[in-house]
Amino acid sequence: MTENTGAMQPAVSETARRSVEVRLEDLRRVYGAFTALDGLSLTLAPGELVALLGPSGCGKTTALRLVAGLDEVTSGRVIFGGTDVTSLGANRRNVGMVFQAYSLFPHMTAMQNVAFGLRMRKVSEHERKRRAGEMLELVGLSRFADRFAHQLSGGQQQRVALARALAIQPLVLLLDEPLSALDARVRARLRDEIRRVQLEVGTTTLFVTHDQEEALAIADRVGVMNKGRLEQFGPPTQIYARPATPFVAEFVGLTNRLPGTVKDGEVEVRGARLPLVKPDTAEGPAIALVRPEAVSLVAEGDGGSGQLSGTVIAVAFLGATSRITVDLGDMVVLAQMPTASAAATPAGTRVTLSLRPDPVLIARDEKASVDA
Amino acid sequence: MSTQVFRTATLFLFGLFFLVPIAAMFEFSTRGNGINASRTWAAWTSILTYPDLTDAIKASLALAAITSVAMLFLLLPTMVWVRLRIPAMKSVIEFICLLPLTIPAIVLIVGLSPIYYWIALNVSDDILTLAFGYVILVLPYAYRSLDAGLSSIDVKTLTEAARSLGASWPTVMWRIIVPNIPVAILNALLLSVALVLGEYTFANLLNYTNLQVAIALLGRANAGVSISTAVASLLFAFVLLMVISFVGRRRTPSLGAAATDPQYLTAGQRT
Amino acid sequence: MTVADRSAVITAGRAIGGGRRLPLTWIGVIPFFAYVGLFLLLPTGIVVAGAFLDKNGNPTFAEIQTTLSQDYVVRAYWNSLLLSLVSAVVGAVAGAILAYAIVLGSPHGLLRRVVTSMAGVLAQFGGVTLAFAFIATIGGAGFLTVFLQDHGIDIYPNGIWLYELPGLVVVYLYFQIPLMVLVFLPALDGVRPQWREATESLGGNSWHYWRYVAGPLLFPAFLGATLLLFANAFSAYATAAALINQGNPIVPLAIGNLIQSEVGLSDPGQAKALALGMVVIVAIVMVSYAILQRRTARWLQ
Repeated sequence: MTENTGAMQPAVSETARRSVEVRLEDLRRVYGAFTALDGLSLTLAPGELVALLGPSGCGKTTALRLVAGLDEVTSGRVIFGGTDVTSLGANRRNVGMVFQAYSLFPHMTAMQNVAFGLRMRKVSEHERKRRAGEMLELVGLSRFADRFAHQLSGGQQQRVALARALAIQPLVLLLDEPLSALDARVRARLRDEIRRVQLEVGTTTLFVTHDQEEALAIADRVGVMNKGRLEQFGPPTQIYARPATPFVAEFVGLTNRLPGTVKDGEVEVRGARLPLVKPDTAEGPAIALVRPEAVSLVAEGDGGSGQLSGTVIAVAFLGATSRITVDLGDMVVLAQMPTASAAATPAGTRVTLSLRPDPVLIARDEKASVDA
Repeated sequence: MSTQVFRTATLFLFGLFFLVPIAAMFEFSTRGNGINASRTWAAWTSILTYPDLTDAIKASLALAAITSVAMLFLLLPTMVWVRLRIPAMKSVIEFICLLPLTIPAIVLIVGLSPIYYWIALNVSDDILTLAFGYVILVLPYAYRSLDAGLSSIDVKTLTEAARSLGASWPTVMWRIIVPNIPVAILNALLLSVALVLGEYTFANLLNYTNLQVAIALLGRANAGVSISTAVASLLFAFVLLMVISFVGRRRTPSLGAAATDPQYLTAGQRT
Repeated sequence: MTVADRSAVITAGRAIGGGRRLPLTWIGVIPFFAYVGLFLLLPTGIVVAGAFLDKNGNPTFAEIQTTLSQDYVVRAYWNSLLLSLVSAVVGAVAGAILAYAIVLGSPHGLLRRVVTSMAGVLAQFGGVTLAFAFIATIGGAGFLTVFLQDHGIDIYPNGIWLYELPGLVVVYLYFQIPLMVLVFLPALDGVRPQWREATESLGGNSWHYWRYVAGPLLFPAFLGATLLLFANAFSAYATAAALINQGNPIVPLAIGNLIQSEVGLSDPGQAKALALGMVVIVAIVMVSYAILQRRTARWLQ
């Protein structure tokens, strides 16, 4: 988390900062026979940015819209700073929302868009212009105040949308996959921009996305959702390093699925013994989920031994690290290591793998929880 | 809830406005003789007994066929050619094709009569020569339909691929382009047919008896039969346009709404 | 020869015989231009040029002047403009309401498809069939006329207005309203739900939404559609021809009568002058429509 250093004046004065706690209590949304959201309970600390991460159809957008008041709950409560807002319509909740696409009103300039919410609150024209200008400055688009939506790039439009949402000093900021419709290059930059602005203004924020890299990069805490339920909720490092369920392990980051056998509180994979995250897992055949970073390899003959040996098929250069694909005959394993080490085992080399003895999760299904 | 009430009420009221005259036509054409006579289908069954009428029906159907085919052969190759070789001409072609919307039939006929006079003297005075003018009337709708279809496929890439594999131009048109825009072509054809069947202005002012002129003439003599024929032609056109709407959506949902939406294509009346 | 070789030869050919290649490219559009030139551009030229020629073929403004200053012509233009304006405005408002009712439903539902198809047919309906339909409904012996008479209501206390200008307005609505629905629906479709939701989340209610967002967004489309309806009514001939047997109440009928009469044949300039007037009016309207369309497309695409 980057703290505000004295070098930059905050665009928003201290007294204007509003950080409230947001609590979701057992939210359920049912459409006829289909349950889109099945009992979501979550608390966002004041000023926190929480990301809801999951594949399409997992219920994350449904949850967001329930918080916004754009959809009615089937059961459950939404509470802003101690006040139950569940029965309030969207226009009374004081939320700021950024949509995935078509955010801006096309017939208004950027300035007019940003000032719109203030206009609804009957703020004087002079004050409107001042505050809207301040917001545009905050997102770095003061020069574009008089441009229309079709004169702005996708990334610029979303920044204006962000300024518009924040201009009304909302209790909660809600972002519905704001980067999904943008170029990959723009996405990374804008993602950091959003985080910077959010930290500066200090609004409690709920950010919905299907891109795990996005979620892990900017959130204080991440909630991983699947089929309407929350599978795990915690800081990014924890989600990544200690996935609580096979779904989380496979959705976040890459995972190797290695067939093995559970016995005596450990899983045995081709001779290697690995501890289990859940020591009371039932015995028998199982699939161990192992992260590529936990796999290391040495060229055969360099002291490597054991049954985990095979041939390097490919080395993918990813910058500081490289990902190596190894064919063990009956399965393919991914290993990730610093590029310098990877240079020692180019494609075609016969290697022996060793697995770091971190606790691993067990999956039972033949099929992966997450489609490629 | 109030939106539901609004919707139902609106659709009901407008439904009445539009269906009552059609119902009235049915009612009129099934009236018996005398005040309390029972309903009769006489007006319908006797359509075929009026030789002028049947001649006119045949002529109109023939005109519809000729116009649609001629339109296709004139317009499609030109549009494809322009897309491939002279993209700058696209706006010129578009302007010309949409011109008949601004130069209504009644104006066009003023300038066309001397030309038709010449044609009647030197080529033929058969009613089928009306097709020359009809192709022009049909241009805006056919162009929009074909343009929507061509825009939804990558004409350039398809043609270049085919040419590089050795296809001749006719082959490209017939085997590559046409099979890939079936809905747009169907639309253009059906719209042309509907327009020709409903056309009155040209035929009347050039003194030919097509379907609509025959109905009008007959109206003075036997209102019942003329109305039953009118309803029949209306139903026919309705079926045609329903076909466009449904076939389009079911067959190729990927083609996009523009190529299949009657709303986009039929805007603009041409009576 | 490989593809690369072949294209190299073609390119070389282009460089050397640059002037020679041009005619080949234009061959493709010759049939089109020849046909259109003969059957569209030439007649238009005949009308426009012919309006400026007198009986003997000498260029003059007199023809236009005398024709357009005749009483019946002035009245015809006035009636045409009035008829077009009223049927356009009423049709636009009614059509917009109907279109809104349609767009509230599902975009791919059966109702929408049926209504759009019907609108497509009715927009083209015009002419003889439409005239007869209304004669059958509210004509002298029409279904509705008789029905109302049986209940003591006489809708023609002062003569049958169906066969005059007021009747034309009512009949024209029959194709104006569907045309409005067809032209306005895409604009309504272009209004994204996100804009309504954004308005709500920013604190606005329904009134705010229509006043500041949807209203201004849809206005150019509405205005453009009204113009299209105007041009449509102004140009219509067949419906009026089938309903009105005598007289020249509107310009298209006047032109039609001129073409078929002795007067018209001996002085062809008259019909052309009238036609020219029509073209000018319709052209102005259509150009305005095109400009408004572009604005709409920019916002609602």
